[in-house]
Amino acid sequence: MAHELTGYLVDAAVGTIRDHADELTGLDQAIGDGDHGINMKRGFDAIAETPEIKTLPLGDALQKAGMTLVMKVGGASGPLYGSLLMAMGKAVAGDPAAGDQVQAMLVEGIAAVKKRGKSDAGEKTMLDVLVPVGETLSSSLSRRLSPAETIANLRAAADAALERTKGMKATKGRASFLGDRSIGHIDPGARSSQLLLHAACDAVAGVLRS
Amino acid sequence: MTDRVGIVVVSHSHEVAKGTIDMVRQMVGNEIPLAYSGGNPAGGLGTDVASILAAIEKAWSPKGVAILVDLGGAESNSEMAIELLPEDRREKVVVCNAPIVEGAVMAATEAAGGGSLQAVRATAEELSPR
Repeated sequence: MAHELTGYLVDAAVGTIRDHADELTGLDQAIGDGDHGINMKRGFDAIAETPEIKTLPLGDALQKAGMTLVMKVGGASGPLYGSLLMAMGKAVAGDPAAGDQVQAMLVEGIAAVKKRGKSDAGEKTMLDVLVPVGETLSSSLSRRLSPAETIANLRAAADAALERTKGMKATKGRASFLGDRSIGHIDPGARSSQLLLHAACDAVAGVLRS
Repeated sequence: MTDRVGIVVVSHSHEVAKGTIDMVRQMVGNEIPLAYSGGNPAGGLGTDVASILAAIEKAWSPKGVAILVDLGGAESNSEMAIELLPEDRREKVVVCNAPIVEGAVMAATEAAGGGSLQAVRATAEELSPR
């Protein structure tokens, strides 16, 4: 039972990034510099190759995984996802016991991404998935929904938010050079955030089942 | 030499980073600490936080270090590297908002003249449109 969530989470996150690396690179070739999939895969491969991470309580595991991404990714997604995970990990000691702790982690993580990217929601970035997901978690918790309902809401919120990035104009990162030509494409960072959110939901669902 | 601000160039390309420092060295000689970082941890195009940290260390000066970067990831990875420095050094390293080649040359010229970190950064940033 010890740190079971960490193990599920690492497996699910590594699996989804490996499975979708080519797709992420394809999305990034359309509006960025075409390295998002390969960079994310390098980072998550490095996490998979650090078996110690799976043995840690979630907070420590996220911090270690975040630092691994920072050191291994080699693109802008390294410091962005690295800051997200490190801030989430610092927000909780050990394993989160309740939904409001997960909420606190997400709040800290989103703040770290905003600071690192000097960005906010509405600029066609990963924040356009993370921020609505954070709001959905907050409202699901305040309505005291069951874990299963909360997970379903989070998945739906992430999917809808990802689709909305298609209509947005990029004002941050390489895609901003394209101006209006960035409209009509899904943001690759938003897609990787949506994939990782689904992986996190899979992991929590796995723990709930076990 | 360590009474001059150090200059670090961070590019997605090893060749661009090295070439920029070669140009700077030809113009200002070895009067200031110079270092560069280019390429991702796998040797391809990109940037590498560990390598940036090593470059800052190599160009370290008590007067500080000014970093010139090319594109997005080079900036965010440089900022990440600064945050990973010992606390007493973080304040003495800045990322300049300037074109990488021209900025490095102008910053190095100011640094060679004995300018402060703020003066070096301001000289490089004069090149950027406001």
